[in-house]
Amino acid sequence: MTPAIELQDVTKIYRRYGGRQFATLKSALLQRSILRDLSPTETFPALQNVSLTVPPGRTYGVIGRNGSGKSTALKLVAGITKPTSGTVTVQGRISALIELGAGFHPEISGRENVFINAVMLGLSKREIARRFDDIVEFAELQDFIDAPVKTYSSGMYMRLGFAVAIHVDPDVLLVDEVLAVGDEGFTHKCLDKFAELRRLGKTILLVTHSLSLVERFCDEALWLDEGRARASGDPRRVVDAYLTAVEKTEQELLASTTAKAVAATRSVTHAESAATQEAGKAAAAETVAPARAKPDGELKNMFAVIEGRWGSREIEITDVTLLDEGHQPAFVFHSGDPMAVRLKVTAHAPATDFVFGVSLFNADGVCCYGTNTFIEQMDPQSLEGDAEVIFAVDSLELVEGTYKLDVAVHTCDGYPYDYHRLLYTFRVKSRTPDVGIYRPKHRWTFSGGVRFKEGRGQG
Amino acid sequence: MFANLAQLVRYRGLIQSLVARELKARYRGSVLGFCWSFINPLLLLAIYSFIFTTIMPNRVEGVQPYALFMLCGILPWTWFAASLTEASSSLIAGGNLIKKVLFPAEVLPIVSVLANMVHFFLALPIVVLFLILYRHPPDAWDLAWFPVAVLVQLIFTMGIGLALAALTVHFRDIRDILANVLMLWFFSTPIIYPWFQKEVLPYKLFFDLNPFTHLAISYQEILFFPDAIGHWRWLLALGVASVGVFLAGYWLFDRLRDSFVEVV
Repeated sequence: MTPAIELQDVTKIYRRYGGRQFATLKSALLQRSILRDLSPTETFPALQNVSLTVPPGRTYGVIGRNGSGKSTALKLVAGITKPTSGTVTVQGRISALIELGAGFHPEISGRENVFINAVMLGLSKREIARRFDDIVEFAELQDFIDAPVKTYSSGMYMRLGFAVAIHVDPDVLLVDEVLAVGDEGFTHKCLDKFAELRRLGKTILLVTHSLSLVERFCDEALWLDEGRARASGDPRRVVDAYLTAVEKTEQELLASTTAKAVAATRSVTHAESAATQEAGKAAAAETVAPARAKPDGELKNMFAVIEGRWGSREIEITDVTLLDEGHQPAFVFHSGDPMAVRLKVTAHAPATDFVFGVSLFNADGVCCYGTNTFIEQMDPQSLEGDAEVIFAVDSLELVEGTYKLDVAVHTCDGYPYDYHRLLYTFRVKSRTPDVGIYRPKHRWTFSGGVRFKEGRGQG
Repeated sequence: MFANLAQLVRYRGLIQSLVARELKARYRGSVLGFCWSFINPLLLLAIYSFIFTTIMPNRVEGVQPYALFMLCGILPWTWFAASLTEASSSLIAGGNLIKKVLFPAEVLPIVSVLANMVHFFLALPIVVLFLILYRHPPDAWDLAWFPVAVLVQLIFTMGIGLALAALTVHFRDIRDILANVLMLWFFSTPIIYPWFQKEVLPYKLFFDLNPFTHLAISYQEILFFPDAIGHWRWLLALGVASVGVFLAGYWLFDRLRDSFVEVV
């Protein structure tokens, strides 16, 4: 069977007409540069050697970060741009939902726009007349179809654009992220329409950031990264590979954020740190021993979010690392995974009074959890030289989000040796988009007449 | 290039719809609507005839009634000038279409030219009205040449319009230059003065090189002067040249086509 869409070794190089931004005809003529100006000076590869085959009747998803070439790929398939090298072949009539209602003229009525838009998309007058009522009904615009399009709300505009594009009766439907625009009800309607087209054996090429849509809807998927195909095939596998890569870049980003935060504290001069020390002492004392009674004025400092590091450094925290399951340094964790915080400490003089503390803050600055060895009734005996402290969590029951970490070593009554406030950032990912600051272990049980459909769970 | 040209025929339905849309949209919301197609040239005519019959009267033998003479040249000129002005910015204005829809870009400047042609046709009844009013019947056989003149002008205008549209994408200032060039062009074409005026004759070569001279003279001979058209050789020669202009304009457009999506 001939494939519905086939890209063979396609490369698209965008030309930038560099330095020509403000060039005028006059200067072009004066400098005799008119020919040079009309030829591109800079090039930018949007797609490189991408091949893709979509058999008829399949739904194919394209995912990737912003700027990875997804939309370029779609435009190539639609024929709006030509590949620099390689071939693009498409069998059958194409309808591209790239921008809905792109050809609408604001001054004329919805009715006239439907006709003109449909002609642009390749329908004949007679075909349009036959489908007109369906289009209007689908767009739910029966009462407004004779009003000028400029009076439409943006939702009405989109609905009409979508309705026309979908009723072109395409063999190949190209969809670029248009589902993101409608309200809930309309999005469902669109998805239903896609499902219907799928049943009718139409080929759909879907460009989206909605990974769950790809997993649920597509037979195959392609992951583009910086213009190259990184993976293709089974959507679940491709999405997983993509997510892993996204995590990796996030790891790198968080690593550099943390490194920057730590470096910033090092550059703070002693005089300044002495100043913050006083303020910090109070805060430290409170986090360390929340049970202890405090003067009223200091209470409002309780969760003051000040980044930084202070303390006498008699005992110094030299390194803080977050460890994943495999005891490897990590910055991204999955909800429910084990996590450990490893502190490397150095006691510059032997000490007998010390407390290790850890607390977690979410992005809003709310303390999700805080504890220390003193609260947990561990009486210090002695600390000498280098040591390692590990705070291990068996199951990280946090909802998705970015978290910051406080670590500290201080005396039992709050005198700080070394206090690291909000210097370490990590991210928790979750397949469940639940909310809050803590996820208690839970399960649902039902009895009586409650039934749920099979298959929606991600497993 | 020729494959693309052939494809253009397939898009005639689209061109037709877009011309209709252009016409509908232009006067939508105005009280007088299509009447503006008459009123605009009438007002223009009123101004020019006031100036050239009352303030600085043109008394050249043979161009009376002067208002009618002038009308024969001004209407085609308006078509020409408005077409070029609109065509030159058509690709930028229709950028959304070019970038987001599979859409043959050359349709846009062509629609500009055709929409203005329709305006030209809509203004023709004024000429008829004046011909009757002044009891100034044109030569019946000459009228057969009228479609030829229109066709020549259409091809010529499209050729220039395509080239301008393509270049304006890269050089936006063409739009401003064009306004001035058109003004100069208007006055160096025998429209508000006849080509046989004795002050014009010394510059005959210069006037002959101006393509619109031959169109203006042809229209004037067809509609205004009672004797048979004497300029038909020039008109046909211009027709042949116009095909060349059109092909050159289309070639340039085709060459730059791929850059539109990226630059617009």
